[in-house]
Amino acid sequence: MEQTLVKFYQTGTFTVGNRLLAPEQRSLQSGAARSNSLNSGHRACQGCGEALGARYAIDAAMAATNGQLIAANATGCLEVFSTPYPETSWQMPWIHSLFGNTAAVATGIAAAMKAKGRSEVRVVAQGGDGGTTDIGFGCLSGMFERNDDVLYICYDNEAYMNTGVQRSSATPPAARTATTMPVGPNPGNEFGQGKNVPQIAMAHEIPYVATATVADLRDLEYKVTKAMSMHGARYIHIFVPCPLGWGAASHDTIKLSRLAVESGVFPVFEAERGEVTGVLKIRRQVPVEEYLKPQRRFAHLFGKKPDVATLARLQARADRNIRRFGLLGE
Amino acid sequence: MLEQCEGSHAVAKAVALSRPEVICAYPISPQTHIVEGLGEMVKSGDLTPCEFINVESEFAALSVAIGASAAGARSYTATASQGLLFMAEAVYNASGLGLPIVMTVANRAIGAPINIWNDHTDSMSMRDAGWLQIFAETNQEALDLHIQAFKIAEELSLPVMVCMDGFILTHAYERVDMPSQEQVDKFLPPYEPRQVLDPNDPVTIGAMVGPEAFTEVRYLAHAKQMQALDLIPQIAAEFKKEFGRDSGGLIKTYKTEDAETIVIALGSVLGTIKDTVDDLRAEGVKVGVLGITSYRPFPISAIRDATANAKRIVVIEKCFAVGIGGIVSRDVRSAVRNRPQPVLTVVAGLGGRAITKTSVHKLLLDAIADKLELLTFLDLDWDVVNRVLDREKSQRRSGPIAEGILRDMGNLATQVV
Repeated sequence: MEQTLVKFYQTGTFTVGNRLLAPEQRSLQSGAARSNSLNSGHRACQGCGEALGARYAIDAAMAATNGQLIAANATGCLEVFSTPYPETSWQMPWIHSLFGNTAAVATGIAAAMKAKGRSEVRVVAQGGDGGTTDIGFGCLSGMFERNDDVLYICYDNEAYMNTGVQRSSATPPAARTATTMPVGPNPGNEFGQGKNVPQIAMAHEIPYVATATVADLRDLEYKVTKAMSMHGARYIHIFVPCPLGWGAASHDTIKLSRLAVESGVFPVFEAERGEVTGVLKIRRQVPVEEYLKPQRRFAHLFGKKPDVATLARLQARADRNIRRFGLLGE
Repeated sequence: MLEQCEGSHAVAKAVALSRPEVICAYPISPQTHIVEGLGEMVKSGDLTPCEFINVESEFAALSVAIGASAAGARSYTATASQGLLFMAEAVYNASGLGLPIVMTVANRAIGAPINIWNDHTDSMSMRDAGWLQIFAETNQEALDLHIQAFKIAEELSLPVMVCMDGFILTHAYERVDMPSQEQVDKFLPPYEPRQVLDPNDPVTIGAMVGPEAFTEVRYLAHAKQMQALDLIPQIAAEFKKEFGRDSGGLIKTYKTEDAETIVIALGSVLGTIKDTVDDLRAEGVKVGVLGITSYRPFPISAIRDATANAKRIVVIEKCFAVGIGGIVSRDVRSAVRNRPQPVLTVVAGLGGRAITKTSVHKLLLDAIADKLELLTFLDLDWDVVNRVLDREKSQRRSGPIAEGILRDMGNLATQVV
């Protein structure tokens, strides 16, 4: 009988997927040797996408460097929930300096290691979308253009969640935030604004840029591992739903991430030296409504009389991503 | 070894002799020659192992130094004026984290109006940021203070700002005695951090601290600066033993023993004041000078003791707090509190205006004749000021102040047709 190659989805967690895979294909997180760098007991909200993303990303980076890793962290949720004095959840050398300087602090750590001849010690920097795409952007771009030996990880939950859900340059159009309320003739965040930092990172022609989501944690681990096998400036942008800020159920974090990918709202790809080298194809395309509906930040688009015009514009944005990155087909 | 060189070059060499491991550079006048010199030394391989990083802003410059210092590297940067303000958030952060970074501030005015020339407004804006601030009088002292600064910073685990007058010192060619590498190595051991980011012994640096411990953390920063009041003279004495020169310390006095009038100042203007004091002494006037080398920590006891017998104190300062007056003189007043002697504030040399012997001579005679007000602006052009005030009274759209003044003064560059 002819053997069919079975493709397993959802193999990044403790779910059945891992047990069906060969040991070497299993998630690092499913192994007992995982470093638990971001240890349990922190104060993240239930269903926090950032905590999940950080746990997988940093443990993967720790595994890739045999534990010879130092992290610089921007001000934000991740910093606040992981290090309320006198506690820390970090089982690794970790520094928080300011909101907007994390990439530069990481550059300094990497420079110190180089000057001291400790080439085995590697550096990651991490922050939320506000700390990355807005206030930390100058330092980030500087780190990129100098090609400093740093992996920068952005956990993108599309607004300033730590300060109470204000708009960032990563907030999508139409989304309600505390500073883009669903009132007036154009409710929610404006269309035609915002910046695409993965693509801006690619424009710096740095060795590696990738996007990932917490819906495919094995893919996230793979990308972090790959990034750590390289030197120079690297950037991974991880889509991490925020139940509190998005008005979503805490058990929907993974589902929303998957719907963002399957609708084309968030393209998952990797790029080397400015060229796209791979994309995660959409398995079963869904309309953007399916992604938007479970989130109260988009509730004003639905109700008794759906805002079909705005929904069409959001669908057009997703369709453009699908075209641009070739997200459909095998 | 004696050599004739630019102040910036002397400082660059002193920093290089201190074996920094990470240097971050962002250009701003009048500091630029220092990092240019260091960049060349790193690039040529004369200064190694050392990473020289051309950053994209002063905020990044100090942030890179923060990361490097936390990772255990001896770290250095230099800035001035707007650059110091642009990095202000990181200035407070470096001291709050207790990182022994050494930074040169080539003192320069702060705009607007934009002005590249010397005064002390930049350093004074950061006087409460938790850094030690030491002021150099001469290029030799600037050189010496940098070597001492690394030792002081690393002993206390606090950052040190070495302040030197922009252009007046940074761009002046003078003879300096350049120490040898062996001498500096003997004086300044390799950096042994109190806290370090190391995968073999992980720590968390920069945790969030709430009301339960924030006061204690801040108090400890103050307590360390109080320790510095003992440490700074001690290191100056060690320096003298090794290098044979008096440099640094908390304060320095000149002809103050029997002085009825004591002038207090910081930085290079002390030379002009000492010359004026010599002239006045020749006329039989009992006047002396007290130079403040350590502005933070502020040497309250040393100043109080050194001025105990004076009838009056004149503070000549290259900065002022708009809306109240002197900055240095307010600190001096707290040092001589409960004494009858008046502390007179003289704001001078703003934005590079020359402080001349003639002006200081007249100023001091006025002070001795009790003709000086509590707050005086040396060589202020009242005609210019009054013309602006009159114009503002007479017309609503009186225009930009600085440009109006330049037009009043007949500055050709502003007469654009």
